Amino acid sequence: MSEPKSLHDLPADFVFDPSRAARLMTRHGHGGWLGLTYHAHGTDWVELALPWRDELVGVAETGVLASGPIISLMDNATSMSVWTLCRRFVPHATLDLRVDYMRAAVPGRTVIGHGECYKLTRTISFIRGIAHDGDPDDPIAHVTGTFMATHGTYL
Amino acid sequence: MIGTDLPPYADGIGIAIDHDEDGQPVLFMDFGERVMGRPGFLHGGAISGLMEMAAIAALRAELDRRGEAMKLKPVNVQVEFMRGGTEQRTFAMGQVTRAGRRVALVNAEAWQEDRTKPIALAQMKVLLSPAG
Repeated sequence: MSEPKSLHDLPADFVFDPSRAARLMTRHGHGGWLGLTYHAHGTDWVELALPWRDELVGVAETGVLASGPIISLMDNATSMSVWTLCRRFVPHATLDLRVDYMRAAVPGRTVIGHGECYKLTRTISFIRGIAHDGDPDDPIAHVTGTFMATHGTYL
Repeated sequence: MIGTDLPPYADGIGIAIDHDEDGQPVLFMDFGERVMGRPGFLHGGAISGLMEMAAIAALRAELDRRGEAMKLKPVNVQVEFMRGGTEQRTFAMGQVTRAGRRVALVNAEAWQEDRTKPIALAQMKVLLSPAG
C-alpha cells in the first residue's frame, strides 16, 4: 500500500497516533513549508516544534518571528490535541483562534507549541495552548480557540 | 512605497501588494503547496498570516499619513474563519478602526473571488511607541 499523503487518507479505524500523524501533517503543505516537527504528547495535549529561520521573520530589523507562523504552529498542535483526546481523526475546521502575545520570540530559538483540548462536545472542541522558546513558564503567547467537526462527530 | 514594508515572512510565503485602495494596501497570496492545510484548502495559519500583514500594512500607511514614526508591538489577535479557502488567489485588506497615541485597533478581512463573501476576519491590537 502506498504511504498516505494526508490524514484524510487514513483508514477509519485508525487509532490516532500523534507522532505518526505529525509526520503526515508536517511533511506536506503549509506545515512542511514551516518545518514543523513532532515534539511530545499526552492524553489531551500535543507539542510541535517550529525551528527559527530567516524566511519566517516578521520584522527584518529585529529578527522576530511573524505571528503567522506562531498561529499555524498553534493551529496544528491544538488540532492534533483534539484527535489525540478523541483517539481518532475527525475532519474539522478552525472556527476561531485568539492569540495573546506575551513577548517576542528570541531570534534563532526553536518555538515549541503546546496545544491542549480541554473540552469536547459532539460537534465543537475547545482548545487552549501556549507557545514558548525554551521555558514553558515564560511563554511567548497564549492561545484559545474552537474547532467544529465537519464530517461526523467527536463523541 | 508601501511595498518596501513587507517583511521576510511575506516574501517567503508569497504575499505581495496587489493595489492601493483609498490609501489602504490590498495584499494577495496565491494558492500553492506552502499555504495548503487539508488537501485542496488554505491553511488557517496562512490566511491569518496574510490578514496580519494586511493589518500591519494598513496601520503603517495610516501612521505615515500622520507623519508619525512608531514602533509596533502586537498585543493580540482574534481570527474568525467563515469559509474554507480554496485553490485560488486570496486577497486581504486592513482597516484601522482606532489608532490613538499608545494603542491601535485594526480589522482585516480576507476574501477570494467574491469580495462580498469574506473567508476570514481578524481583529488585531497593536501597542505603539515612538521610534528611536
